[in-house]
Amino acid sequence: MKWFFCLIAFFCFFPASAAVTMAEQMRSDGRIYVVIAVMLTILFGIVLYLYRMDRKLSRLEKLDQKN
Amino acid sequence: MYRSWWKITGILLLIYTFTAGLLGSVPKLPLLQETIRNLYFHVCMWFGMMILFTVSVVQAILYLRKMDRKHDLASRHYAGTGILFGLLGYSTGSIWAAYTWADPNVPFAESFSTIARDPKLIGAAISLLVYFAYLVLRDSIADIDRRARISAVYNIFAYVILFPAIWILPRVLESLHPGQDGNPALDVKNDISPSMRMVFYPAVIGWTLLGVWISTIRIRIELLNEQKRTT
Repeated sequence: MKWFFCLIAFFCFFPASAAVTMAEQMRSDGRIYVVIAVMLTILFGIVLYLYRMDRKLSRLEKLDQKN
Repeated sequence: MYRSWWKITGILLLIYTFTAGLLGSVPKLPLLQETIRNLYFHVCMWFGMMILFTVSVVQAILYLRKMDRKHDLASRHYAGTGILFGLLGYSTGSIWAAYTWADPNVPFAESFSTIARDPKLIGAAISLLVYFAYLVLRDSIADIDRRARISAVYNIFAYVILFPAIWILPRVLESLHPGQDGNPALDVKNDISPSMRMVFYPAVIGWTLLGVWISTIRIRIELLNEQKRTT
């Protein structure tokens, strides 16, 4: 669970830290990079959800084999 | 994670799609403009749907040959994810069409009636409805073995209906949708530039792998569920 909160914290502070080093980047080319960041965040969210479901299932399957 | 290499491949391909898809160079076409990038998302939904339905029908045939419950469950859940992809393809297509096909100078209802009559959209709607019927038919049969057998046979019919509905009919009739004289959806050789193909093919694989991942999770849940019930 700890790493999960670390990840959330990372995502919350990600824009602030990115603005310092990548200020030009995130505001250039019609700010298309912002769109990419949003889309990648959604993708990561879905993948994280699937990953956690997958791990939970693996654990259940192992339990099932033992019984 | 259970046999994870292909899942990681899928995720990496999708990350590549999302970045290269928005940053890569695209041909400058009138009307389409930047919306041509929808190719990596909207079109991939339909490709993914077709692949998932193909897996589903193969599993249905395997069930009829071997009578193994596993294949029945696989067939059902690959079809389910295929329907999800089809719905996503349909809704993304309607957004895309609203800003490229619809004439801004006429009332929206008028151009909507023209768009809604497009044979390609009707074909796609028919094929999705046929698969909705698959789910309804399946859930309406209580006996597990009969349900599996009947829905496997219906799955084969549904797959056969896909071909006139989305591959043949749109070739014969006039449509606003691109790819009139070749492939019904788009002509991959002539419609898109080489730089777009570099993103498009990985995108198809990535989206499909995501669909397969979702399906396998659902199949495993169902398998566990059944084991719980029998023990």
